Formats: sequence, structure tokens, C-alpha cells
Amino acid sequence: MSEVSSSSQWPLWEVFTQPPGGGPHEHAGSVHAPDAELALQNARDTYTRRGEAVSIWVVPSDAIVASSPGDAGPFFEPGNEKPYRHPQFYKVPRGVKVF
Amino acid sequence: MIPPLFEYLVRHGDDRLVLGHRLSEWCGHGPILEEDIAMANISLDLLGQATMFLKLASQVEGQGRDEDTLAFWRDEREFRNVELVELPRGDFGVTMVRQLLFSAFAYHHLEALARSTHTELAGIAAKAHKESRYHLRHAAEWVLRLGDGTEESHARTQAALDQLWPWTGELFFQDDVDRALQAEGAAPDLESLRAPWETMVTEQLVKGTLVMPIAPMRMTGGRTGRHTEHLGHMLAEMQIVARSHPGAKW
Repeated sequence: MSEVSSSSQWPLWEVFTQPPGGGPHEHAGSVHAPDAELALQNARDTYTRRGEAVSIWVVPSDAIVASSPGDAGPFFEPGNEKPYRHPQFYKVPRGVKVF
Repeated sequence: MIPPLFEYLVRHGDDRLVLGHRLSEWCGHGPILEEDIAMANISLDLLGQATMFLKLASQVEGQGRDEDTLAFWRDEREFRNVELVELPRGDFGVTMVRQLLFSAFAYHHLEALARSTHTELAGIAAKAHKESRYHLRHAAEWVLRLGDGTEESHARTQAALDQLWPWTGELFFQDDVDRALQAEGAAPDLESLRAPWETMVTEQLVKGTLVMPIAPMRMTGGRTGRHTEHLGHMLAEMQIVARSHPGAKW
């Protein structure tokens, strides 16, 4: 983190954990930590103590670029009018028994 | 005669019970929420290890004193922990330096103990050794940052090291209990762990810009039941609930 906070609060990190058995890393929550190594340790202690994960990523929260609520319309609504983008739009051909 | 294995298990179980309790005193008082959780986690790991050691001790003794009885109904003179772990938790620097000194010892001790000819003891050691690797990493990262941090954190951490260092000699205390087990290949020669332990802690402490103390080791008696004035106070707090409500269940 390039910017040193003048308050007593440490920088915020977003934590992503990978569940046992594979699957993608998923957002678990966030932790405060002064640097990356301690962010990893804090994430371990806060989110993985009950066998929830086999891998952890930590990312400085300010490195995440997020869409804003105002973007919701142009970003996501057009998809609602395009039912043909969903597989359910198409009829199952005769002869296909298992779906 | 008390079986040497019982005595050995109680010594190393008590180290963890007492250190775990000292660490638990931080619960709700940690410098930041995440560190509060981390210390409570490590405290619970140590308590879990103590349970394993004392449970096996109970089986070895065969007198019907289970691990809870051993933890809550023995008096100060019957505790066999090293005095290093019973000293008050001090500030965060004292706590972290002690965690480093003890975890480095536990790391080497448990690694060797995992090769014990006593199968159950080897199993306990192997399980605890994994935890000790994390405890070591946690403490080492903190001592590095505190030692090489601000002027105040450096001064406090150096003071913590100067205070605690003379108590580390007892970690390598050995008597007939150890020798009896060593003869069966059930326990390692603690003296052989001293050099690797010292190399490991020196490396971490020097990395944190701390100066190794040259003070001589104290004469200590924890392994034979002679403790500092601090243990009695700690046990009074730790044991009061169990003793006020004997046999209580929840």
C-alpha cells in the first residue's frame, strides 16, 4: 500500500477463500492489516479456522474497481430482455430424454 | 513411584495449559480485532494440545484423575510448567517475544517427539507440531515488525527480550524423567535442541534489529514444582469456576 494512513486504523484487505475440493476462490469478507503477510495471517485466523478453505487470496481493498449502483441500469438490465441468452429459451429436441 | 512418562506429559501439558491461559487473557483486549482473534485461536490451539498431553497423562497414571481434574484440581506446587510461560503477559511486546521463544522451542521439541517410540505420544506431537509452525510464523512476523518498527516498539520489544531471555534456560532442563524416556527412545535429548533453537530465535530477533542479551540464565524450578509468585494468582483465576461448582456440567 503506497498510502500510509494517518489514523490508527490499518488498511483494509478483501479476503477470498477457496473451499476444499476445488472450485473458485470466493469472497469471504475483509480484514484490517498493516501489510500483506499479516493480512494473510489475519484472514487465516478470521475465515479459515473451521476447515473452510485450502487457499487464501488477500487483495488491498482499494485495488478493487467496483461498479457503482448508478451503473446497474446500463450494466445489467439489457440482459433481462434477451431471454434467448438463457438455455431455457430453447425447446429440448425430441429424443433427448435426460435434461 | 510416579511413572516418568506421566511426569513428562504433565510437564509439557502444563507448559501449554499455562501459556494458553496467559494468552487468553488478551481476549477482548487485543490491539485490533483481527489480532484479538489470532491470539484467541493460538490460545485454543495450546489448550487443545494441553488436553491431549494431560489426557494421556491421566491414562498413564490410571488413578481416575482425568485431564480436567489435572488442570483444575492440582495446586501450584504440582504444576510442572517452565516459569517462562507463567510470567504475567506484560505488554504486547512481552507476549509476542515469549510466543516466539516458546514456539521455536515447541517447534524443535515436537518435531523430535514425533519420532518417539511411544506411538500415542508421537501422534500427539505430530499433530501439535503442525500448529507450532503457525504459532512460530505468527510470533516471528510480529517480533520483526515490532523490533524494526517505531522507536517505541523497538524499545519495548528489546526490553521484553531482555526480561524474558534469562528464563529460557529452563526449556532445556533435564533430569531422570527425561533420561528414563530417552533410554527407551520415547523422548528426545533436550540438550540437542538448544543449538537449533538458539539459531532459529537469534535469526528472527536479529532480523527485527534486536540485540541478543548476554545475561546469564536464571536458576529456575518450574519442572520440579517451584514457581514464581505469579503462577498461584493465575491458577486462582483459572481454577475458581471449576472449584466453586465441582462436577458442574454445561
